[in-house]
Amino acid sequence: MSYTFLQNYWWFLIALLGGLLVFLMFVQGANLHLGNRKLSDLQKRMILNSTGRKWELTFTTLVTFGGAFFASFPLFYSTSFGGAYWVWVLLLITFVFQAVAYEFQNKKENLIGSQAFRVFLMINGVLAPFLVGTAVGTFFTGSDFTVNKAAIANATAPVISTWGNGWHGLDALGQYHAVLLGCALIFLTAILGCLYTLNNIDDPEIHAQMRRSIKLEILPFLVFFLTWLVILLVRPGFAVDEAGAVSLEKFKYLHNLLQMPAVLVMLLVGVVLVLWGLFRGAFTKSRCSIWPAGIGTVLVVMAVFFVAGYNGTAYYPSCTDLPSSLSIRNSSSSQFTLQVMFWVSLLIPFVVAYIAYAWHQMDRKKITPDEISDTPHKY
Amino acid sequence: MTAAYHWLFVPLTLGLALVMAVMETIYVVKKDEFWKKTAQFWMKLFAINFAVGIATGIILEFEFGTNWSNYSWFVGDMFGAPLAIEGILAFFMEATFFAVMFFGWNKVGKRFHLASTWLTGIGATISAYWILVANGWMQNPVGTTFNPETVRSEMASAAAFWEVISNPVAVSKFFHSVTSGWVTGGIFVVGVSAWYLLKGRHKTFATKSMLVGSIVGLVGSAAVMLSGDSSGIHAAEFQPMKLAAAEGLQDGGKRAAFTIVPGIKIPGMLSILATHDLDGYVPGINDILNGYTDNDGNAIPSVAEKMAMGREALVALSIYRTTEDPTEKAEARYALEENVQYMGYGHLEKPEDIVPPVGVVFWAFRFMIGLGMLIALVLLLSVIAVWKDKLGKWQWLLWAAIVCIPLAYVTGQCGWIVAEVGRQPWTIQGLLPVNVAISSLSAGAVKTTFFLFLAIFTLFLIIEIRILVGAIKKGPETQNE
Repeated sequence: MSYTFLQNYWWFLIALLGGLLVFLMFVQGANLHLGNRKLSDLQKRMILNSTGRKWELTFTTLVTFGGAFFASFPLFYSTSFGGAYWVWVLLLITFVFQAVAYEFQNKKENLIGSQAFRVFLMINGVLAPFLVGTAVGTFFTGSDFTVNKAAIANATAPVISTWGNGWHGLDALGQYHAVLLGCALIFLTAILGCLYTLNNIDDPEIHAQMRRSIKLEILPFLVFFLTWLVILLVRPGFAVDEAGAVSLEKFKYLHNLLQMPAVLVMLLVGVVLVLWGLFRGAFTKSRCSIWPAGIGTVLVVMAVFFVAGYNGTAYYPSCTDLPSSLSIRNSSSSQFTLQVMFWVSLLIPFVVAYIAYAWHQMDRKKITPDEISDTPHKY
Repeated sequence: MTAAYHWLFVPLTLGLALVMAVMETIYVVKKDEFWKKTAQFWMKLFAINFAVGIATGIILEFEFGTNWSNYSWFVGDMFGAPLAIEGILAFFMEATFFAVMFFGWNKVGKRFHLASTWLTGIGATISAYWILVANGWMQNPVGTTFNPETVRSEMASAAAFWEVISNPVAVSKFFHSVTSGWVTGGIFVVGVSAWYLLKGRHKTFATKSMLVGSIVGLVGSAAVMLSGDSSGIHAAEFQPMKLAAAEGLQDGGKRAAFTIVPGIKIPGMLSILATHDLDGYVPGINDILNGYTDNDGNAIPSVAEKMAMGREALVALSIYRTTEDPTEKAEARYALEENVQYMGYGHLEKPEDIVPPVGVVFWAFRFMIGLGMLIALVLLLSVIAVWKDKLGKWQWLLWAAIVCIPLAYVTGQCGWIVAEVGRQPWTIQGLLPVNVAISSLSAGAVKTTFFLFLAIFTLFLIIEIRILVGAIKKGPETQNE
């Protein structure tokens, strides 16, 4: 196996994990609707118990997504996490509160009241997709950092990756293109959350409210996403040549799509599936639209990652110092490590199979008030 | 701080997972509903603890990047494969079967549910192995080559990979940590059961739980002692300064004495523990600072000499990365390779920097051993008391078991202090000191997040204890006889 193949393979897996993460953020999206005043407390508990049986999977995918970056592209991990510090710290804080919110919220000893924990879940519902989307958005806008590997020999300033400003990642909020993607993800995950609850909960009132929410959320999602996509296609991109030199290329991302027709098809199929799922969920009595919308989401996110990293592109560009930009060639682990990880990754289909089996077993019986009261462990 | 907090929750997860799995197995084998309800009660307590363990765990993983940027680049290639295995094999197993275990009682068959309970615990245990492979490598960096092109440690061959995953420090750390989790889980079950017995509530539940908990804890205690012995040998071999600090040993020698507490020593015992030989040489802090000859006859340079070689390595690295002259580059590479094993020492300011806080490590070591032995004794007496039906008479043992619950946490934290404070100033032994492993952040940003996470974790800890106490007071759903 060549080094290039292994680097491409691991970027493919990162893209797949990213796609699955955004899909599984239906947990965050569904929790956003806990603020819906037309839902009774019991109905809100049904939503909580529905997402409460899946949040671990989303959380684990996030952890694995971060771990996969650490393992396969450690220079991104050290540069982005140590540099865009506040973005990641904020994201972590929202997930930390989410992790305990399910277990703690309905216990009378929880000190700060159950409403507080529901608010934490809703904050996580907004901030998690927004921050993930904005962070991925900077893959195309660039960030303010420099990488100097020789620095480690410098006694006074030994840090290899340094951020150029004191905002440490919050500066991404000034990049309107990145923010558009963050906003699009808030609405996409909110809609996926509605579609998931339609599938998982048996309750006509929840169904009505979720279909109503989708109708309200479709327009902002489309506006944010399509605006982001159009800007992406016309903006200059960060190209890397064979020698590793980085330069700005007009319409780089459009070129990437045209030069990688399979990715273009993937993006288009993904968008069609997402739209089909959304409209079917909103305007028909379908309860299975989470699946086309979910698969479409995975395809679109993967296509976005492919456009960012393949075809001689710097996926984490530096606006400050172009040569510091990270590509999948200059930021990866060694060939041997990627190769060992390749063999380990062959277990993934087995893992996916048992997750699918367990999911199927658990979701055969839909969530109803009776189902919750029959379950010994509930939120 | 995050690791210490994480280590508050992990041992109970590992221990209770085993206790629950054993109880559910008895339920499936005996088809006795009593054991189902018993397992479900401990599962409820497990869930409360598990949530906070997960919350602290994710912070720990991402802090490698956010706060230890240089470190994460330096070790990324070494940790890649172990972390990939952990993510694929362990994380998803734990997450998937956790949901089946809690919500699947009425949805899946008995055997599938039992398998899910075991797989949740096995997933957590596998996860512990791979993260301790990473931690073990930080204590004893084997199978690595420094690559001046990429400026990081790299794993270059299958033999190197095998060295990393079978690192003796990682293996003994794994057994020591996991089985200490069994002790924590065991004494937790015994202590809570003792409280019910003192209150005269749920006697059958409490007695049977106490039997399972004390056996699990006792097996754990025996394994902790055995793995602790090999940890001592490894510390002597790979981290002699940690051992010297843990013993407060200023000047070493052959037939070195083991200090029980200051003023009370067992002659020759430290040599036996550290080398399995009464005449084994154990270096003290001053010997390590000034240089000594080890048990294999190798001359170990003084720290000042290591610092000089480390500085040569850093200068050579700097030249190697900047010069265009092929001859100069080749010379720099040669000089780097000659001195690279001491490169980390080049970043130290003075030799004394390699001495960890001796008082803290010394006392943590003593508390760890002393309290660990006390807990093992209480577990042993608990087994005897249940076996001989003495629980009604030995009320003092019930009180002792309750007191041992917080003591088990103190023991675990002391162990963590010995392992982690004892290896200061290194993040990676000999290669990367803490002050070079950092991110480029202002002190204010680091302080802000430190106190923020401290506040959040402390809040979670307080809430967890309150909820656990509430759930215990409420009691299991078994008959209250």
